[in-house]
Amino acid sequence: MNNLKTKMISWTIPSCAVLAALIIGAIMLSALGANPIKGFGTMFASAFGNLDGLASTAVKSIPLLLVGIGICIAFRASVINIGGEGQMVMGALLATIMALAFPGLPAIIFIPLVLLVGLIGGAAWGAIPGALKAYFNVSEILSTIMLNIVAVQFMNFMLRGPLIDPGEIERGTRIPQTARLPEATDLPLLLEGARMHLGFLIAVLAAVAAWILLWRTSLGFRLRSVGLNPAAARYAGIPVKRSIIMALAISGAMAGLAGAILVFGSESHRMVTDGSSTGFTGSAGFNGIVVALFAGLHPLWSIPSALLFGGMLVGANALQRAVQVPSALIIALNGLIVVFVVSSEYFKRRVQTVQTDPKVQKTVSDSDKNQESDNLKD
Amino acid sequence: MMEESGSVPVLEMRGITKHFPGVVANDNVSFNLLKGEVHALLGENGAGKSTLMKILFGFYPPDAGQVFLNGHAVNLTSPAHAIANGICMIHQHFMLVPTLTVAENVALGLRSSRHPLTDLAAVTKRIQQLSDTFGLQVDPLAYVWQLAVGERQRVEIIKALYRDASILILDEPTAVLTPKEVDDLFQILRQMAEAGRSLIFISHKLHEVMALSDRITVLRNGCVTGEANPCDTSRAKLAQMMVGREVKLAPDKPHTQICEPRLEVKDLVVEGDRKTDAVCGLSFQICGGEVLGVAGVSGNGQRELAEAICGLRKPKTGQIKIDGQSVPSGNAKAAREAGLSYVPEERMRDGAIADFNIFENFILLNHGQKRFCRMGFLRFTPIHQHSRTLIDEYTVKTPNLETPAKNLSGGNIQKLILARELSSDPKVLIAAQPTRGVDIGAAEYIHERLSHQRTNGTATLVISEDLDEVLALSDRIAVMFEGRIMGIVNREEASRERIGLMMAGVDPDSPPADYCPSPE
Repeated sequence: MNNLKTKMISWTIPSCAVLAALIIGAIMLSALGANPIKGFGTMFASAFGNLDGLASTAVKSIPLLLVGIGICIAFRASVINIGGEGQMVMGALLATIMALAFPGLPAIIFIPLVLLVGLIGGAAWGAIPGALKAYFNVSEILSTIMLNIVAVQFMNFMLRGPLIDPGEIERGTRIPQTARLPEATDLPLLLEGARMHLGFLIAVLAAVAAWILLWRTSLGFRLRSVGLNPAAARYAGIPVKRSIIMALAISGAMAGLAGAILVFGSESHRMVTDGSSTGFTGSAGFNGIVVALFAGLHPLWSIPSALLFGGMLVGANALQRAVQVPSALIIALNGLIVVFVVSSEYFKRRVQTVQTDPKVQKTVSDSDKNQESDNLKD
Repeated sequence: MMEESGSVPVLEMRGITKHFPGVVANDNVSFNLLKGEVHALLGENGAGKSTLMKILFGFYPPDAGQVFLNGHAVNLTSPAHAIANGICMIHQHFMLVPTLTVAENVALGLRSSRHPLTDLAAVTKRIQQLSDTFGLQVDPLAYVWQLAVGERQRVEIIKALYRDASILILDEPTAVLTPKEVDDLFQILRQMAEAGRSLIFISHKLHEVMALSDRITVLRNGCVTGEANPCDTSRAKLAQMMVGREVKLAPDKPHTQICEPRLEVKDLVVEGDRKTDAVCGLSFQICGGEVLGVAGVSGNGQRELAEAICGLRKPKTGQIKIDGQSVPSGNAKAAREAGLSYVPEERMRDGAIADFNIFENFILLNHGQKRFCRMGFLRFTPIHQHSRTLIDEYTVKTPNLETPAKNLSGGNIQKLILARELSSDPKVLIAAQPTRGVDIGAAEYIHERLSHQRTNGTATLVISEDLDEVLALSDRIAVMFEGRIMGIVNREEASRERIGLMMAGVDPDSPPADYCPSPE
């Protein structure tokens, strides 16, 4: 019963946080002269109201979900990965090079190959701050952010130079983008007439795999033990340094996969840069953190969480069209939800400690003593 | 009013009952304290001693019952209120500001006679007076951080005296002291009692209670289970009242066949956290079937020694061998693979993961073994089976395997750790403070287990601040002082006095056994 109660609490508090954020969003909408009910209605309808909207929501949620899964794994091992953006870029870049280098392969081999390469690219980019943290005690928060900048500039260099579409040079337009990637790498659509492609299925499977990894494998066991108590893990002979690198590498791998899917699932089937990371990732490398936090760092709960935030992105565009408010408002709303949800963690913890600590501890130790004396009486 | 008469107790607590959700902490407890008396309150952890004292000190109100001071009913609503009524409490963890002087600490929280200016000169003078009267020997102008633990405790006592406390509650005051300091403290306390103050002495150490008190009240499971005079009771009787059954105060120590040395430590130098040598060139060896006890006040290098042997701390120099094989230093995994087990001092920091459940904590060391892990996937059926076996064998009390370790009592967590560490049948076992904060019943069980392991041929190093524990378990006793071994004595030749002197850095009969190189 106690369990049920704690579960209820862990649900109601974040829900209230979202509600509070929406109320403030409504106030902002009113201040901009729009009808908040109509506004939110439009958002919801466009994101979840029809097949087309649902498909768009699903596609938008793919990078959010994959990055979010990576964040779940990293945070469970107590490493803060803010480098999702850079890892996405590096994964995408490496996968793109692969796709351009072997144009003749059949789809059945080519798609898994490029996705795998994307995964490896992200993993490598994640492992660097991991190693820096493990061996030189460099804060991974700083190093991952800094590596984002390096990755973006590297992408700009590659897409303006070595990887640029030869057609752009001929025409003299010099738009920094690659040539149309081989058709065999186009991610197949899952539904007739809707834009949803294979990437969504992969992301959902990745969420399940992450759950298995964390709670069903010895590797996940080690990562979690390092995250919860590095001193005890070290004492038990668990390689703490290696686990930290591993956590960041897996986290980066998920982001790298997200980057690759972004390229091969795009409508232009090219890798394009506008000079910033956001232009390519849509800030999924950061928003994925929000998705994971909102899901309570649970990979499976990250699925609905990613769909929610993906839906908000889709809804934001519709909102802009329907009630003529800037879609920047939605970015603000996103931020509000994060602030509220993250602060609600404090209340959740406080309620839960009050709930469990004195009661359970006392009853257990007490019954313990009674039983012990009973055992030894006879 | 204080001198009313000897017949009215200074303090009487009548029928005190206190419920917490799911547990009765105090059930109709009555307790009285006479003028000039030392009254010991004896009981295990969770017996309700602290609840009773917290009610007396105004932390929370009782559900039923009444507190009387000098025969008048009072309702103490806060610690400040209790202090105003002449009740003072000396906590186990001192409430002192290290960066202030003794006088400043004493004056802290009191209204100065020249408010808003301080009157430290007057405070200093009064401290000097009190100090002389009771033989407390504290320099009022010394900074607290400069004082040794025993001196800090005297500052706490001065604080209480300064506030003119007629009733003084001492919560496990001897936990951090050397035997010599304990003797000094007891002398001071006796003197205070003779001067007409009344003292409540909370403890679970039987011999101290016997030595100091005029009367003893024993609590168990929130009820008073007995009252006794130290002259007509025995330690065994008190232990029985505390635990509710007969208790073996020392485990049976069957004669074991001492074989080859299993653990050899040679010229070990280990740096402490403060970058100074905490262990200065230690050498010793332990044979199979032998227990070497390390006595000493904590902070004399014991922890660093244990951590170095276990590979958690890289020693500067020195060699560690298990069964003749050299163990690579600073590698916990290698040490474990060489056959070492470690019951760490800080069980919640090093020994268990609080948020992991029971079975996860059980497989912390060996989750990679084939029987628990196939192709990287954990095999839950054998893991659960293994955990259930250990829970039964070591009588770990837990609702189920999914219970987080943090919800277990200290004794049960320690049993869990012990079960895990002993299940591999180690060649060498390091047990640091194995029963600290654990109730008598569990402590008795843990001692039995360690003794059992000794008969199985394990070489055991027991590090403990509890001299009784060291004396009960060990075949030989090494006393550590400032990173050196003051000497190793056989159990038969060890007396409390001799060990106590060595703990204070005095070697009664021989020059230091080990030479400590002076840092360059």
